[in-house]
Amino acid sequence: MPINAEEVKKVANLSKLAITEEEIGMFTRQMVDIIQMVELLDEVDTEGVPVTFTVAHDHTVLREDIAVQANLTEELLKQVPETEDGYIKVPAIMDNGEAGA
Amino acid sequence: MSELYKKNVDELQSLLTKKEISAVELITDTFDRIESTEKEIDAFLTLNKENALKKAEEIDEKGITSEKLLAGIPISVKDNIVTKDMRTTAGSKMLENFVSVYDAAVIEKMSEAGLINVGKVNLDEFAMGGTTENSYFKPTKNAWDQTKVPGGSSGGSAASVASGQVPASIGSDTGGSIRQPAAFNGIVGMKPTYGRVSRYGLIAFASSLDQIGPLTRTVKDNALILNAISGHDPKDSTSAKLAVPDFTANLTGDIKGMKIAVPEEYLKDGVAPDVCQAVQEAIKTFESLGAIVEQVSLPHTKYGVAAYYIISSAEASSNLQRFDGIRYGYRSPEAKSLEDVYVMSRSEGFGPEVKRRIMLGTFSLSEGSYDAHFKKASQARTLIRQDFDHVFSEYDLIIGPTTPTVAYGFGEIVDDPVAMYMADVLTVPSNFAGLPGMSVPCGFSEGLPIGLQLLGKHFDEDTMYRAAYAFEQATDFHKKQPAILGGK
Repeated sequence: MPINAEEVKKVANLSKLAITEEEIGMFTRQMVDIIQMVELLDEVDTEGVPVTFTVAHDHTVLREDIAVQANLTEELLKQVPETEDGYIKVPAIMDNGEAGA
Repeated sequence: MSELYKKNVDELQSLLTKKEISAVELITDTFDRIESTEKEIDAFLTLNKENALKKAEEIDEKGITSEKLLAGIPISVKDNIVTKDMRTTAGSKMLENFVSVYDAAVIEKMSEAGLINVGKVNLDEFAMGGTTENSYFKPTKNAWDQTKVPGGSSGGSAASVASGQVPASIGSDTGGSIRQPAAFNGIVGMKPTYGRVSRYGLIAFASSLDQIGPLTRTVKDNALILNAISGHDPKDSTSAKLAVPDFTANLTGDIKGMKIAVPEEYLKDGVAPDVCQAVQEAIKTFESLGAIVEQVSLPHTKYGVAAYYIISSAEASSNLQRFDGIRYGYRSPEAKSLEDVYVMSRSEGFGPEVKRRIMLGTFSLSEGSYDAHFKKASQARTLIRQDFDHVFSEYDLIIGPTTPTVAYGFGEIVDDPVAMYMADVLTVPSNFAGLPGMSVPCGFSEGLPIGLQLLGKHFDEDTMYRAAYAFEQATDFHKKQPAILGGK
């Protein structure tokens, strides 16, 4: 499947990345090269071949569900870029035009 | 005692247990060595001097007990492994000031063994790359020639060991990130079997491929460190509930009758003539030691890189969604809305290679592309695994080159993603199969080291160490040192 600048913009959007006009050219060129490289796989006969998603030794691992008291709130909050009164602060989720919204 | 920095883990261990040196003396010497060489090597992102010296004092007070045989040995840690008492950056602006609230499982294991973490070393951002040029902070230099890349992504680990800053380091390997820098710096690097070492606390890149392992200057040292960090961990459900053997137990030099396979695809065009030559010489060495070496085929090798960049990027695009500027990490100061926080923080916080991989991964998983890319790659992965199963039904070990070439210059391939990705052709297949892979020095080309790759059966690192040790004892490559470590 070919990839063009429009497709790159769409993928960047899905990836929550903003790319500049300048970057679009570079990323499109590189993505075209990369997609071309991975299309080598087209020649592999995979008819009836199962997929591999993991090579873990044990596939289903169960354990007792034991509650652990971590008490890490204070330490975790130290890593938060912006906090207020022990809460994580973020900009307004929806802008309804009112102050403080 | 002079020139402690030239000594290997086992030599230091003996000096410490015999009390010929103290842990404080060794750790002080280590930081002196780091300070005097760091401007040439640039391996470290964060030093842990105060804590390390405190630990050394404790060890000197308590003495070294039999269950803590590695007590007092300095070690560096790749900066994608989280530590409570020091920041963990993953080589990214995104995590420039991030401090974990817990220690990774390997850090706890290291502590239990008495190893002293002297600092965190450089890597390509989020372990994506093969040169350390993708680090947000700085490129690390090759220990043999400071105009060449150290490889990557565990480039800081490899350069810190090869230049004598530390005798050992902990790295991670998703598609060759321990073995390739080990090869480029002329040292020993082991990517253990998937599941041998807990990944709890390793910042995830591609979870079905990532594995932690040691880099050292000798095979025995490598086995000693892997002994310390292996084992099941309930916090990593992919870590195997299997007993860990003593990996130093069979370092005898005897490999008579060992059946070794050489895949014809590993010595094809694209592999530099000097590298092929060094591997051919290594084959002769193994034969002279009594091993049976035969040529085999791993027919799906050439599809490895294509499948790898789809699968690893797809997993990365999912794993890296957590970096959203909300709970930790970089948040754009310009963000005006919640959407801005996500998009601007990610756009300003990630470098170009990370963005490329997130986009490639998102693309491969998107509607209309999933079957042609992600599913197809996951089927190719099965075929690559089956190639290995077939060979390992008859052979004990596979050998070949670790990399197609020796280390390149800065800027040579970093802007050409496809060229950079193709350099991983010999290392990615074993990650797909979860097999252990190792690199040991086997020659030089124009003054730069060449690595011999050994691949083993699942959870059979023991056979690899046995073979690598026999090879090391029969050759002199590990005795040659870079100029920075007193070599000529």
